Amino acid sequence: MSRTREGAGVPVPLLVPAALGVAFLVLPLLGLLVRTPWSELAGQLAEPAVGEALRLSLVSATLATALSLVLGVPLAWVLARSRARGRSVLRALVTVPLVLPPVVGGVALFLVLGRQGIVGSWLDDAFGITIPFTTAAVVIAETFVAMPFLVISVEGALRAADTRFEDVAATLGAGRWTTFRRVTLPLVAPGVAAGAVLCWARALGEFGATITFAGNFPGTTQTMPLAVYLALQRDPDAAIVLSVVLLAVSLATLLLLRDRWLGRTGAA
Amino acid sequence: MRTRALLVAALLALAGCTDPAQDGGGPAADGGATGTLTVFAAASLIDVFTELGARMEEEHPELDVRISYSGSSALATQLVQGAPADVFASADETQMARLEDAGLVTRAELFAANRLMLAVPADGSAGVTAPDGAGIPSLRDLVTGDPTMAVCAPEVPCGEAAAQVLRAAGLADVPDTYAEDVRSVLSLVELGEVDAGLVYVSDVHAAGDAVLAYAFSESARAVNRYPIAVPSGAPNAEAARAFVDLVLSDAGQAALADAGFQRP
Repeated sequence: MSRTREGAGVPVPLLVPAALGVAFLVLPLLGLLVRTPWSELAGQLAEPAVGEALRLSLVSATLATALSLVLGVPLAWVLARSRARGRSVLRALVTVPLVLPPVVGGVALFLVLGRQGIVGSWLDDAFGITIPFTTAAVVIAETFVAMPFLVISVEGALRAADTRFEDVAATLGAGRWTTFRRVTLPLVAPGVAAGAVLCWARALGEFGATITFAGNFPGTTQTMPLAVYLALQRDPDAAIVLSVVLLAVSLATLLLLRDRWLGRTGAA
Repeated sequence: MRTRALLVAALLALAGCTDPAQDGGGPAADGGATGTLTVFAAASLIDVFTELGARMEEEHPELDVRISYSGSSALATQLVQGAPADVFASADETQMARLEDAGLVTRAELFAANRLMLAVPADGSAGVTAPDGAGIPSLRDLVTGDPTMAVCAPEVPCGEAAAQVLRAAGLADVPDTYAEDVRSVLSLVELGEVDAGLVYVSDVHAAGDAVLAYAFSESARAVNRYPIAVPSGAPNAEAARAFVDLVLSDAGQAALADAGFQRP
């Protein structure tokens, strides 16, 4: 009840731009649905190339999220809790990929991990490992672009969390690692989950760094966004179908995870 | 922090929202072309058309020439979707036919031809054997191992040609990545990230010393012919016609020949 009354009280100067904002964000998605050749949908979906690209997208985005969790949660802890100097510089550096055009990220990855790159040439000489044009390169490109989303979310959750629980755990004799594992992590779990979802969604949509650094090969490096981009050059209807599939997968995942994991943040 | 990132993202998005053809031209007092001339050209034309565009601006001081280079099929899709271009120069006839089917082009003229070469990094390449000098080798003679190879995606003209020659040579499963246009293939070879790439003769001319290139016999099966046309509804049709005439003129043909293109 009280909520409806609040809604009615939205000032017009806020209501009009807000409504325009909604239209701006939702209309392109509606346009996609209106133009979808539904009769061709089944045929397009049966194409093995579509399944291949979708599977690769889901697998690589999930691996990129796992890698981001392993590296990003500790990094967020360092940013939120450590008192080391230069922390703000560190934070700025870590968030650069957020504002960097992903293509630039792809070029940078090439210069470091490519066959002629600083680290890549050593990997090639010492172990015979080359990264570009492999699924590993897709995961690396996606992690580079998506991990900052996770770090920022988890750092925010850590800052908002009540540190008195950690202090109490310490006075009860828990070491810092035990405190992190048993107290801090459960406390910020919703923040970690939200960050992981953001990270996964960003990784799923990654295009620029992937096509630049990982290349484009069906089954190995051609993820859904790349398939959409190239399909648009020859067969726009196929591109629309692929886009709708990607849209459905993203929406389904976000809704599913929101109910299961993020419900608590909504209620808080 | 996040708000600031979003703000930056929004500003970046807004900065990209400029209309490439806001002002069409009209006849100037002296009969020269004026306004903005928007040219959509295949990626392989980047060096020649940049030069011809500059020449055009010299001859018509009140004209501003803007050229968008990309894979021909990406450009054709943009045109079919209503992008306002005055001239479209495609790397094959298939993409021009898409515009003809859409009723956007009635008369296209051929102005150049191009064929593929095998490009390798100048400082060595695994899996590729240099020709012995006796006649033109086949692709099979050159690709002796399993090189990391980049070719164009089958969606773009150079990729269609690449698929044809690879099939003819029985090497269809050699490529490791399908780039979105021919200049991306060339970049990968120049960077040394691949051992070999299939690019046009004209790209090899542009690459200089970083790249070695070998001609091969199968390339004769897939010669791309380049058509050029003024789409209907071109905002600056007069300047467009002048540009097409320049490309077809002796001077334009000489510039194309210098860049490694053949006559159609």
